[in-house]
Amino acid sequence: MADTKIEIRNLYKVFGSNPEAAMKHVHAGLSKQDLLDKHGHVLGLRDINIKIKSKRIQVIMGLSGSGKSTLIRHINRLIEPTEGEVIVDGDDVLAMSIEQLRAFRRHKASMVFQRFGLLPHRTVSQNVAYGLSIQGISEDEATERSQRWIDRVGLAGFEQHFPAQLSGGMQQRVGLARALATDAEILLMDEAFSALDPLIRTDMQNILLDLQEELHKTIVFITHDLDEALRIGDEISILRDGEVIQQGDPQSIIMKPADDYISDFIKDINRGRVLEVRSIMEKADRATGPKLGIKTPLEDALQQLVNAGKDSGAVTGDDGKTIGKISMVNAIAAMARPDRGDEGPRYK
Amino acid sequence: MEFFSEFPELGRGDLRDFKKAVDFGFRSFSRAYGEGIENFFDPLLQFMIWFERLLINSPWPIILIVIAGLAWLGSRSWKLVLGSVICFIIIGYFGMWENTMATLAIISVATLVCIGVGIPLGIWMAKSNRVQSIVTPILDVMQTIPSFVYLIPVVMLLGIGKVPGLIAVCIYAAPPIVRLTNLGIRLVDEEVLEAADAFGANYKQRLWGVQIPLALPNIFAGVNQTIMMALAMVVIASMIGVRGLGVPVLQAVSNQYLALGLMNGLAIVAIAIIFDRVSQKYGQRLQAYRKGNGNG
Repeated sequence: MADTKIEIRNLYKVFGSNPEAAMKHVHAGLSKQDLLDKHGHVLGLRDINIKIKSKRIQVIMGLSGSGKSTLIRHINRLIEPTEGEVIVDGDDVLAMSIEQLRAFRRHKASMVFQRFGLLPHRTVSQNVAYGLSIQGISEDEATERSQRWIDRVGLAGFEQHFPAQLSGGMQQRVGLARALATDAEILLMDEAFSALDPLIRTDMQNILLDLQEELHKTIVFITHDLDEALRIGDEISILRDGEVIQQGDPQSIIMKPADDYISDFIKDINRGRVLEVRSIMEKADRATGPKLGIKTPLEDALQQLVNAGKDSGAVTGDDGKTIGKISMVNAIAAMARPDRGDEGPRYK
Repeated sequence: MEFFSEFPELGRGDLRDFKKAVDFGFRSFSRAYGEGIENFFDPLLQFMIWFERLLINSPWPIILIVIAGLAWLGSRSWKLVLGSVICFIIIGYFGMWENTMATLAIISVATLVCIGVGIPLGIWMAKSNRVQSIVTPILDVMQTIPSFVYLIPVVMLLGIGKVPGLIAVCIYAAPPIVRLTNLGIRLVDEEVLEAADAFGANYKQRLWGVQIPLALPNIFAGVNQTIMMALAMVVIASMIGVRGLGVPVLQAVSNQYLALGLMNGLAIVAIAIIFDRVSQKYGQRLQAYRKGNGNG
């Protein structure tokens, strides 16, 4: 398992005129609504604990108002928490001095924004070079070093355009290239693709996944779109009303939704395409039937079973050895409805 | 019943003593510090004298070329350049060249002073809500108090001449640039600022790299307004000894010289329109990047 890169511990955020005073009501267990009605403070985040693994894509998902954008801004401290810790590589970001924080933002964590946050008066190439020029690197050298990222995201030829001359998708490529150009190990993406058309969004997701294959950054990706979360997330945390209600890899969230809210959330997804045989296989050393890789989606697996005329198949690991078996009945059952399982709900 | 029919006012004697005390206080202040203040402004006075002489003594074709050049740099429009040159030729032909140069001199210096004081003050206001809440009412007073009222203390302190004239012009003309600098910086998109923060920009990088460039169109609108308001003060400034197009206008008013008044008045209008169009064109060019199809 990968090491933990970012650890968020007991993080609370209360918005209002006197957050510290309101915190004691929060600790006493007052609900978000009661806190607002009785004390006029808004509970943004309550007791968030997330371990984000190095070199993985951690998706934080929630509907609007769930606190996800607030949460990501705590990682580079664009928002000050009311209580808690954010540990990155052993250092508490929240305890850093202004200078240390600035160095952290310049070198360690860069960010991509929902509405791009490009500098309208700078050209594409100047925008991509922005992070470097903030570091004090001369404009010429910064432009030269950022060229590779402009090429990488497919913006070659547009270097001298201004952001307003580009489409939304291209503007976000600029945003992505700008974030990559500082070579930061951590990439914070706040609903980065939410403002884009569905087709362009898929495009950008592909670009991101391609880049990740090569760069292995630690990516924190915020989204309200479940399909997006399932597509790109190695790990998903679901946020509601400022609290984490379920964490896990996409498979486990679909197979074992923690509560009705999440069941409701996932009811419209194409289970056959998202679920993989590993989620429903039974362990076995030998099995008959067609060989299926552990990451084969169920719909493909069913297709192969039908083509082979069998009602069960062998699941093989990366090395080609059989490690388990699946039956057609189980596969169909998994696609048909959420299986609440016998492990019970897995809150937090 | 007298209480309701007559407003309960200060006694006559008390009121007279109060006014006397204020007058006396200010008079002794100006006696004590007038010379010091005058010395403080002396470099400015020398600069104004030098600049006015420069404009008046330079051969007129050179001035025309400089004006045409500035108009071209600002607007990149041949029509405006041609219009400006024709206006100045007509002004010169009707014998108002020297006064026009004197007016240009004081307007230029006043605008420079307003920019020099106003932009930093606007930046400070944008940074601190407290400064904003203190400065805004002062700007309100500066813009609305009748000019003649603040001419009194200025003249008591510095006498009659170029410097008090300049101060009077600046008091009236500075507020727009302060306000619009403040407004321009405050209107900069939050998300762009957040991006600058997220990449680790410090205060200076944030100010000069993001806020000022994006506020520039507004700041420039402020400069434009300041020039316009400075021109509007030309006649009043001439009452306290500033040379220029205001002097003949003042003569015309007191002697009912219709032609003289009209000519000089129209010359002021012509200068105002030229300044306005050129600076507006320049302001528009500053925001070319906001459009989808500027030069790439």
